[in-house]
Amino acid sequence: MNKDIPARADVMIAGGGFAGLALAIALRQGLGDAFTVVVADPALDHPIADARSSAIAAAARRLFSALGVWDEVVSHAQPILDMVISDSKLEDVVRPTFLTFAGEVAPGEPFAHMVENGRLLAALHGRAAADGIVLASDAVARFATGPDRVAVTLAGGASVETRLLVAADGARSALREQAGIGTVGWSYGQSAIVTTVAHERDHRGRAVEHFLPAGPFAILPLTGRRSSIVWTETTAEATRILALDDAGFHHELERRFGLSLGELSAVGRRGAFPLGLKVARSFIAERFALLGDAAHMIHPIAGQGLNLGLRDVAALAEAMVDAARLGLDCGGATVLERYQQWRRFDTLSMGLATDGINRLFSNRSDVLRLARDIGLGMVERLPALKELFIHEAAGITGEVPRLLKGEAL
Amino acid sequence: MNQFTQADVSTIDKATIARFDVPMADWWDSTGPARWLHKYNPARVSFICRAAGQTQRRTGQADDLRGLRIVDIGCGGGVLCEPLAMLGATVVGVDPAPLAIEAARLHALASDLDIDYRCTTAEAMAAAGERFDVVLAMEVIEHVADCDAFLRRCAELVRPRGLLILSTINRTAKSFAYAIVMAEYVLRVLPKGTHDWRKFRRPVELERALAPSGFRVVDVSGVTMRLSTRELRLSKDVGVNFLMALQRAE
Repeated sequence: MNKDIPARADVMIAGGGFAGLALAIALRQGLGDAFTVVVADPALDHPIADARSSAIAAAARRLFSALGVWDEVVSHAQPILDMVISDSKLEDVVRPTFLTFAGEVAPGEPFAHMVENGRLLAALHGRAAADGIVLASDAVARFATGPDRVAVTLAGGASVETRLLVAADGARSALREQAGIGTVGWSYGQSAIVTTVAHERDHRGRAVEHFLPAGPFAILPLTGRRSSIVWTETTAEATRILALDDAGFHHELERRFGLSLGELSAVGRRGAFPLGLKVARSFIAERFALLGDAAHMIHPIAGQGLNLGLRDVAALAEAMVDAARLGLDCGGATVLERYQQWRRFDTLSMGLATDGINRLFSNRSDVLRLARDIGLGMVERLPALKELFIHEAAGITGEVPRLLKGEAL
Repeated sequence: MNQFTQADVSTIDKATIARFDVPMADWWDSTGPARWLHKYNPARVSFICRAAGQTQRRTGQADDLRGLRIVDIGCGGGVLCEPLAMLGATVVGVDPAPLAIEAARLHALASDLDIDYRCTTAEAMAAAGERFDVVLAMEVIEHVADCDAFLRRCAELVRPRGLLILSTINRTAKSFAYAIVMAEYVLRVLPKGTHDWRKFRRPVELERALAPSGFRVVDVSGVTMRLSTRELRLSKDVGVNFLMALQRAE
């Protein structure tokens, strides 16, 4: 796989996850075969072993459609047809519903789909290979920035000169550290337990979010009679629950899930992920850009992490393609500043909004609970505000990059 | 220009080097003194492609400049010449400042682009009988001593049916506020004394100056900054910076 790494590339992307692969495809499709794109990730030749599922917002789905990836995924994608939010204590028998969203952003277009990460990555990988992107199963070891090029050295010894190095190497980005870009943020002391369950009755495309005192418990519909669970607990409690035997885990799960969909059975592996808010102090340096989780980790409360990453992809791809089509340097400061200006406000506002929602709901105070219930009740009664929430959740507010509108670059 | 050192050029013309030393050293650092020039480049190239596409093109593809011979008068370090060459044009860059031409040549070499840089003036080019499909004078006329004489020389360089494209600053109250007060005194993105407001020309004045040479205006655009991304974009507001394309008659 590594024998054809070119000595010169227009762009080098470190990290072959959703964001890295989607950017590679967008650039290649926008700029044609003469534009060389290398994606380097040691995991590229391993089978994909991501047990998680993701909510693909309408805007992100439009991007996947524009890139020619969605057709491969659609048969495994469960549309979220409506969304119910409740606020209750664990022991409450009846969980009052305060907010319901009928889930369409446009007629016939659900505001989100649930897709298993493995399916989506496989589709992106196949598209990238078909589009002639150089896929190197190797890590970026180090880089040296010159005025016109970055000299990138891979762990395997190959070296590539490129106009731009994109770090899409995840939340603990080693390249972000090498570039000397710090982060701001905090940990919530909470972890999300993630698993997949099967249930007796059909979920009918309904997503449910119970705001339990320890934090949100989300039931997200998958294809077939299955749902993805994202279950927030304090990190200590999450560790305890994860270590329980199958019967004990099942009992804890059922206490929270309820029996509205009949008998439950665990079908997926369980895992836990620590939650925090982390945003890079800058998204760019000279001939260097952070993308996706390397730039920001937000609370997954509204399922926005992946979608924010794809908004990065759409903005960076558009800035680079617009410049390259005018014969301009696609890795220069003008392009990178446009990307950063476009993305930072959006990221910070989304980060702070999800942080605020989490702080409001991860709380045992009855006064706060009353206040938030009144708040949710008011949203329920104000159609315009509700519409804005749906569009925000679908990722189609603000100045929208072309790919997120489903348009080709 | 990082590859560029004082020693390389100190033998060329010490007086000129002294005059142009500061602005030239950093032509290609798009975060340095020439930052606004780089930011302005996408709008400038778009306008050139649009005007050339309307009047010169045969292929119908907007960003294809193949087959066009273009001269950039006052090319400086070649910041505009390079993208035009990337889009396929045959480009000649002209500037009387030797340090800038040297910087431009070195950068074109690094970019692997074939651009003909000449350390000379528009007057000398016209006297030598050179002719081009497109003549560019971008951000130049507000700096020359005799604008009308300079425009006549530029006009001579344009072949029949060819284009003369000008980019400059309008003489309005708004341009005084933005280009002088804001740019030089408040934001300090330009050194004080960069511009003399009285030397600015209105679009209609340029049109009148070039009409006797057989030119008519084919495209005019303003430039405004989009606040959300701080991009400079083509717009309808010609109150401060504007671009104008004029076509020569047969």
